[in-house]
Amino acid sequence: MAETAGPILLEAKGVAKRFGALQVLSGVNFTMSQGEAVGIVGPNGAGKTTFLSVLSGAHAASEGRIAFFGKDITAIPAMQRCHMGLVRTHQVPRPFSGMTVFENVHVAAVHNGGRGREAAYQATLEALDLCGMLAIANRQADTIGLLDRKRLELARALAADPKLLLLDEIGGGLTESEAEELVQTISKLTARGISVIWIEHIVHVLLKIARRLICMDAGRIIADGDPQAVMSHPEVVKAYLGGSPE
Amino acid sequence: MLNQIAQAIVLGGYYALIACGLSFMLSVMRVINLAHGSLLVLGGYFLWYLGENYQVSPFVGLLALVPLLALAGWALQRFLLERSARGGELLPILTTFGLSIVLDNLLFEQFGADTRSLAPYIGDLAWDSFELPGGIFVGQIGVLTLVAAIVLLGGLQLFLSRTGTGKAIRATAEDPDTAGIVGIDARKASAIASAIAVGSIGVASAALGMRATFDAYAGGAQLLFAFEATIIGGAGSLWGTLIGGIVLALAQTAGAAIHPQGFLIGGHLAFILVLFARFLFLPGEFTYRLRRIAGLAK
Repeated sequence: MAETAGPILLEAKGVAKRFGALQVLSGVNFTMSQGEAVGIVGPNGAGKTTFLSVLSGAHAASEGRIAFFGKDITAIPAMQRCHMGLVRTHQVPRPFSGMTVFENVHVAAVHNGGRGREAAYQATLEALDLCGMLAIANRQADTIGLLDRKRLELARALAADPKLLLLDEIGGGLTESEAEELVQTISKLTARGISVIWIEHIVHVLLKIARRLICMDAGRIIADGDPQAVMSHPEVVKAYLGGSPE
Repeated sequence: MLNQIAQAIVLGGYYALIACGLSFMLSVMRVINLAHGSLLVLGGYFLWYLGENYQVSPFVGLLALVPLLALAGWALQRFLLERSARGGELLPILTTFGLSIVLDNLLFEQFGADTRSLAPYIGDLAWDSFELPGGIFVGQIGVLTLVAAIVLLGGLQLFLSRTGTGKAIRATAEDPDTAGIVGIDARKASAIASAIAVGSIGVASAALGMRATFDAYAGGAQLLFAFEATIIGGAGSLWGTLIGGIVLALAQTAGAAIHPQGFLIGGHLAFILVLFARFLFLPGEFTYRLRRIAGLAK
């Protein structure tokens, strides 16, 4: 377990999700403390993204309960969870392409954190600065490249004033040095006390931030704890290699 | 010639004004409001009723009409469009079509077949005109309408680009799910957009009644002109709607110059030409899908 034993931030109990006959999550139990940075790994189709979607409210849980800051949020819509500080980014960036980079971030700043006009403007600039996007703030969002789209996802989530940031493969498809830049940005966030749950396939990138690792497979959490221990856990090895450890 | 162009520009201002609400709804909510013309006429009757029975000037009547229509727009989104949108893209359009039939027939039942006008309640303004250099006269109502169109379209454009609510409306129009995830109340943003779109129809109602006459079934033709102006101007752009209105009026004027009955044909031809040109040459997801249906793109 992580060294930070702060108050409990998020608690998921027996969370299950079905799409018709397809059972994507079953009986997921997960608890994290404030200030923690948790990495999630697992093979494709393990239910990682669905887990984030259920946490963020994009999908309703079929079973189980989710509490955030001790408050039951299982039934409240995504927009309100976002107002509470539970903010996610998408695996495939979804910028508002008809708007500029600045407007994309500003719209999140205005509608979260109960800021006034000036404060929202400042929060927008700060988020853009932190993600290194000030120089292209006035570009139309559909004209920027992949790295910038990923950064924009992050900047927009940041402007929403998150307490817990849910990152879905934000490093996917990036080069080594691009991923390194992203890691530095995210480590600035964790230094500010923002808690993070981060799904990533590139484990060594993930481990620069995460002090605790979770491995999911077939809709369940199969290992949870110290990253090295998790990666050498027999079930994890089996999930990845499809066989018994050598 | 110059005179005809001046008149056409003024008429174009009227088309832009009646197209404003339709264009706004189409661009930010992706809904073609087929009840637009009927709501326009409903507003006209409201102002006429106030003038006829209480001697209220249409300009004063607008102070009541615009908020009432805005409320109707809010209710339209919350109770009809939001629900029907769950059934696919086509259902909201059919819903507004049904609404237009209901409104037209209710108005006919209530007010009969007589044509009405707001001209009796605005005094000299109904016939006064400005003289431009070169001995060209343009009606004051026409100029007022053109100015109203510019102010309304410009104001809405500013609202969308500058205010937090405007940005929320644009974000919701593009991707309601993501809007929710960044903390925007998508239902509220859509309801506000609908309230603005329908509320703005009130101003067009006043212009309709002041410059001409209307009856219960006058909405269809107004809807057609508004739609043509919107499409010519490039659906989705408010300033484009102003240009579209003027191009439509110029085309109609040119049509009338060629043949006495060519007025409407001229406008329709311009509309169809622009539609085809956009269909064939302009990029964009919508036209791409159309091209695909027509077998012109893979």
